[in-house]
Amino acid sequence: MSRQKYDSIVIGGGHNGLVNAAYLARRGLKTLVLEQRHVLGGAAVTEEIYPGFKFSVFSYVVSLLRPEIIRDLNLPKHGLTILPLESTLTPLPDGRYIYRDGDAGATYRNIQHFSRRDADTYKEYGHMMYFMAKAVKYVLGIVPPDPASLNPLELLELLKMARHFLSIGEEQFYTLVKLMTMSSAEFLQEWFETDPLIATLSASGIIGTFLGPRSPGTAYVLLHHYMGEIDGAFRAWGFAKGGTGAISEAIASAAREFGAEIRTEAPVAEVIHKNGRAVGVALQSGEELYARIVVSSLDPKLTFLKMIGESHLPSDLVEDIRAFNIRGSSGKVNLALDRLPELGVLKGAGPHMRGAISISPSVDYIERAYDAAKHGDIPKNPYIDIIFPSAIDPDMAPPGKHVMSCFVQYAPYHLREGNWEQRREEFGDNVVNTLAQHFPGIKKHILHRQVLTPWDIEQKIGITQGNIFQGELSLSQLFFLRPAAGWAKYRTPIKNYYQCGSGTHPGGGITGAPGRLAALEILKDLGK
Amino acid sequence: MPIPTPFHSRTAALSSSHEWRDWSGYLSAARYSATHDAEYYAVRSAAGLLDVSPLFKYDVTGPDAERLVDRLMTRDITQCAVGQVMYSPWCDEDGQVIDDGTIQRFGPQHFRLTAADPSLRWFQDVAFGLDAQIRDLSADLGALALQGPKSREILKQVITQSGVPLDALKYYYLTQAKIGRIPVTITRTGYTGDLGYELWVERRHAEKVYDQVYSVGQKYGLMPLGLVALDMLRIEAGLLLIDVDYIAATKANIEAQKSSPYEIGLGWAVDLDGGDFVGKPALVEEKRRGSEWLFCGLEIDWPHLEELFARVDLPPKVLGMASRSAVPVYRDGFQIGQVTSITFSPLLKKYIALATLQSQYAVPGDEVQIEMTVEFTRQQARARLVKTPFFNPKRKREVLK
Repeated sequence: MSRQKYDSIVIGGGHNGLVNAAYLARRGLKTLVLEQRHVLGGAAVTEEIYPGFKFSVFSYVVSLLRPEIIRDLNLPKHGLTILPLESTLTPLPDGRYIYRDGDAGATYRNIQHFSRRDADTYKEYGHMMYFMAKAVKYVLGIVPPDPASLNPLELLELLKMARHFLSIGEEQFYTLVKLMTMSSAEFLQEWFETDPLIATLSASGIIGTFLGPRSPGTAYVLLHHYMGEIDGAFRAWGFAKGGTGAISEAIASAAREFGAEIRTEAPVAEVIHKNGRAVGVALQSGEELYARIVVSSLDPKLTFLKMIGESHLPSDLVEDIRAFNIRGSSGKVNLALDRLPELGVLKGAGPHMRGAISISPSVDYIERAYDAAKHGDIPKNPYIDIIFPSAIDPDMAPPGKHVMSCFVQYAPYHLREGNWEQRREEFGDNVVNTLAQHFPGIKKHILHRQVLTPWDIEQKIGITQGNIFQGELSLSQLFFLRPAAGWAKYRTPIKNYYQCGSGTHPGGGITGAPGRLAALEILKDLGK
Repeated sequence: MPIPTPFHSRTAALSSSHEWRDWSGYLSAARYSATHDAEYYAVRSAAGLLDVSPLFKYDVTGPDAERLVDRLMTRDITQCAVGQVMYSPWCDEDGQVIDDGTIQRFGPQHFRLTAADPSLRWFQDVAFGLDAQIRDLSADLGALALQGPKSREILKQVITQSGVPLDALKYYYLTQAKIGRIPVTITRTGYTGDLGYELWVERRHAEKVYDQVYSVGQKYGLMPLGLVALDMLRIEAGLLLIDVDYIAATKANIEAQKSSPYEIGLGWAVDLDGGDFVGKPALVEEKRRGSEWLFCGLEIDWPHLEELFARVDLPPKVLGMASRSAVPVYRDGFQIGQVTSITFSPLLKKYIALATLQSQYAVPGDEVQIEMTVEFTRQQARARLVKTPFFNPKRKREVLK
């Protein structure tokens, strides 16, 4: 039994755990990261699933990674390169398509084919979303103040925040409130009349959420996807060269440079705590490691209920965490292809193949997929967000060959009939059949297929129900309520035990923000 | 009116933006589509293909060829082996830089020089009394720069025969090669600071070479590259641009506009221990008493820039391309020099700039201020002096065998 003493132990080598460790190590804390898998990154990993073909197995694009983290950790020096993902193409069954990219004039003309009015509106919509993203950017950088607290410092923070939101202007404030409460489809219908455009834009509102585009609350998720910022430009999306694993590797490299130690294949069984105070962790191997503080980057259910245990926690927190919504809703199909497939609606290997291709022909289409999933069925024709990482970054596949990343929604965690082990390939078949409707002939180019259901995601990386955000981004689970009222400041009822995963403010996506904000709070507590 | 280069039929077919610039009288693509981001990233992640035919090219031959080139260049050309390439500035009698370019050595008595400006007259003047012939090949040769991490793999697929195998070809060396039956000279050189090559080919074969490289390159993410993206790349590499970062001594209207090699960061390319060259006595003297100006890299402090923009309720403006408008650099309120090229580097996620500063202030690590316009008002953004290059990947010099 090793009695080696650390200042801090971070449970989980996902991107937030690594960011947290890097910030702690940067201030001189002797920090250890423990990752259960053989590979770092959690949901942000790149793996060579089929020889020569590299998959961003789970999470596949990046936008939300906070610029201050890139700067503080000097991630470009550690190999982080974010390649732009400039376009979105929505193919339609009638042979038409909507194509939007950085060429404002071309995008305008393209939308004009559907609605002259929408073509005008599209620019205005973009401008409005700039204000929304700007308004919310503030929130991404602060620790949520507790509105129930009487502490004058808390009240001051609340006041500052109130002032910030009121300063954005009356009209913008009302739009923001709508975004916080409406469904994404309804919100967009106030702007647009072209159904496939509404459908494609609304799809950002359902990602990682077990709700349909017509369910209230999804407009916020839409906004969450617009907060991303690349080089000062909001809602820019990118692809990490080398896959999302390269982001984790860059953060890990920065953490190591600051002196952090990182161990893989070291699953933690539980947090060791005495008299309400965390003192270390016990590995599944039986090894015990001790530290002044312990940080969990796992989801709230694991952080509290598994690592600590219900009997050691206040009952109201236990209830809150039990009720915390972390429903699996999405799956992933990764394909290795012997060539770049061709779209039926737009032939050739043009620039559209370096952007996103969205299978979202109508709001009804997505809503129907949700209907099936809601009742525990596997939708025949799901919403699919496609990118070809190898068309953006030639290092992802052998020359001339390609990898295709398909994010699929919906895939319910709980099936009405059977289980995912039995029905995984059925899910994969539905996805490939749907793809074949848009990419005729794709089937004969598939060299290998990796199908990941929510259950698989949970099995492989541990996130409860395979929910990609470690908990849905619904209003009742955001800000000072994430993951539970009174425990949104990264601390826990167990002294010296902290949380830093996507299940904390400001939530999921490769932002690194929870990891960073948690580290700043920890350092504050330690007087560093 | 600028005229087409030998590759124009091919570059024009690829250009959907139809945006051309005049480079030494030739049509040169600014960018190939509405935005140049993809071209920029291609060079750092895959490969880019740039038509550099507008460069001036001269062959120097004859028994005194080495003496002539050595007399012209600040570097010691007697040290340049056959098959080697050297980069060097050349100066007037006062040691002030006229131009800079590459020297390719094909044989004991055979060199090829590249220049940004027409140089025949100057080379001939310096050749006075020497048994050396200078031939202007500028219009006869097409030149293509293939740059980026995938450039070697692409070129290996394209060439059918090579004097030196590409895996063994060192940085700043050359080899004669063949693409099918077409003879090409390949130099491992470029203006992007990345792994890369330049291909020199007779005008009549130019289109075929372009087709070969471009089609093979498609499997490797190759994109045609224009001048807008190139400008950002060369700043990342810390490479100077004539008429922007320094003014050719021959074009300066006042003495103060001229620069010595030391003043523009090319001191490493001045060899005072070798033979005589034009401007040497002046440079010996400058070396002794120290230079008035020095060249320096500069990184702008992003949080401070954010602060400046936040005062007017805006996020920092990120220039999508390099700016060549010089701006003042200050220290404690007084001006100590100027930034001559500045770009936001999407790769490094920071604003980087090339500056010329009074030598006593050009100390890497020091904090200075740079003028930046924020909503029509002049502000001073904090910046730190750094050594160039800003980006210098190992692959640039790496040899595989």
